[in-house]
Amino acid sequence: MHRHLEEPPRPGHQGTEVLTINMGPQHPATHGVLRLILDLEGEVIVGTKPVVGYLHTGFEKQMETRTYHQNIVFPARIEYLATFIEEMAYVQAVEKLVGITAPERAQVVRVILAELSRIASHLVWLGSGALDVQVTSVFIYAFQDREEILDVFEMVSGQRMMHSYYRIGGLASDLPDGFEERVRRLMERLPGRLDEYEALLTDNLLWRGRTEGVAVLSARDALGYGCTGPILRGSGVNYDVRKAFPYSGYDRYEFDVPLGKNGDAFDRYLIRLEEMRQSRRIILQALGGLPGGPVLVDDRKVALPPRSELVTSMEAVIHQFKLVSEGLRPPAGEVYAAVESPRGEKGYYIVSDGGNRPARVRVRSATFNNLQALPVMIFHGYIADVVVAIASLDIILGDVDR
Amino acid sequence: MSGAAALLDRLRERFGDAAVEAVEFRGETTVFVPAELILEALGALREAVEGELLLTDLTAVDRHPAEPRFEVVYLLTALGAPVRIRMKVRLPGELPSVASVTPLWSGANWLEREVFDMFGVRFVGHPDPGRILLPDDWEGHPLRKDYPLTEEPVEFVGHTPKVPSEIIPQVTPRPMRGGDASG
Repeated sequence: MHRHLEEPPRPGHQGTEVLTINMGPQHPATHGVLRLILDLEGEVIVGTKPVVGYLHTGFEKQMETRTYHQNIVFPARIEYLATFIEEMAYVQAVEKLVGITAPERAQVVRVILAELSRIASHLVWLGSGALDVQVTSVFIYAFQDREEILDVFEMVSGQRMMHSYYRIGGLASDLPDGFEERVRRLMERLPGRLDEYEALLTDNLLWRGRTEGVAVLSARDALGYGCTGPILRGSGVNYDVRKAFPYSGYDRYEFDVPLGKNGDAFDRYLIRLEEMRQSRRIILQALGGLPGGPVLVDDRKVALPPRSELVTSMEAVIHQFKLVSEGLRPPAGEVYAAVESPRGEKGYYIVSDGGNRPARVRVRSATFNNLQALPVMIFHGYIADVVVAIASLDIILGDVDR
Repeated sequence: MSGAAALLDRLRERFGDAAVEAVEFRGETTVFVPAELILEALGALREAVEGELLLTDLTAVDRHPAEPRFEVVYLLTALGAPVRIRMKVRLPGELPSVASVTPLWSGANWLEREVFDMFGVRFVGHPDPGRILLPDDWEGHPLRKDYPLTEEPVEFVGHTPKVPSEIIPQVTPRPMRGGDASG
């Protein structure tokens, strides 16, 4: 019996005592440091109070003290599973503020890397989510696939996770040789692997028993709590930033947005699996139409001059010096730019006062809003399902606490 | 864009031209309303849009030392015909407070607690006021501009703590695209 808020919790109505227990902050199923104070009536949850903030590191304050270029390193450290998507969110916000767009080739490369990131992030979710209900084999397989995607990232940027490969106005460097073949090879294998996971989970009675009808969230609650991403779409609301406010040329690609019907953990699982297949579709389209040309804007007030120019042009040296020592200075104003991260809408709201450092950077985190819906999801559910509910939310505490 | 303009007209109809001040920058519309009207204005906006209106974000900006010092920012997304609009209220530096919008969106709960935590803005009628990210006994509100960003004290000998906000010199604002190469 999963619950509605219309029915208020009645402490001790079954003649039992209400027991308050503490879950976390150090608990293997909380995917980080999340603490839950649970009120239990037997095995049934009658109240939940999430306690967050254990990973608060003051990213927003730090970003106010550095130049726009120096801040590129932060996004991937706030949310460390879909790193390329995070960097994209920040870089696009600054580009909007300055009033430039990245060259065509850079935009397409960003889409390819973003969708690869989405697949890698969903694979981590799939593996660890399955592990939470003791399906160990999927964990091993999913991490193996993810590792191969991270190898591609390393090939591109030199880093598996904290890439800092994007620049304001484009990319740090062009793609390495052999990138396309390697991604194509990965994409050829992916559908077969996903079918295998489906065979292991969708047809698995235990998995279905643990996820179907568990952690149900109605569309009304999802909207009220500002949920986005697979959580909102799992409840049947069609909102995907890539479709609603297309960026980086997403309107040119054909892809579907999968929606759920019941808003339970099983629907969210199906949506994430389908999103991986759709990401593959986008990657193949993008690889097919990868244009040539530069990967960084030719605007010396924004992007560093190429190294070859430094030995021949005094102006290039001055630009280089100014950009490195002071940074760029966008006009006074404020922008919000969002991307669709694997967890929902990730946005950067940047306020500039015309100086070389942002006056305010606000990280709109998808998981912070999504986590708020947890008490409603598990209200009048069993304590054993809390683990499934947290897993289905796909939270990253670094992103929740910032 | 037309979507945001239409919404703006509806707000002006309801509250009068004097109360609703709009700014446009890079294709984004920001609407300032008087702080005491915020619940009504957000309610009116919710009725005016097609489909659902999502409270995407709620945050604040500190304009220290200017006065009114704080701006509370409501970022709204209409899902029917996708359009974004930003609503703002200005609050004084002394005892800033504004009505809580939790009656309209339950998700405003944590967002308002975070704004209180970081800026010290109080939300009247909030069901669960208090800090959220920082410990309950924390002093001060870190995202205020007069709250310095410093190092934690360490016990090494000969270590001079630096103030990270002073490592990069603040350059006075001036137009970005000057004609000269040194710009």
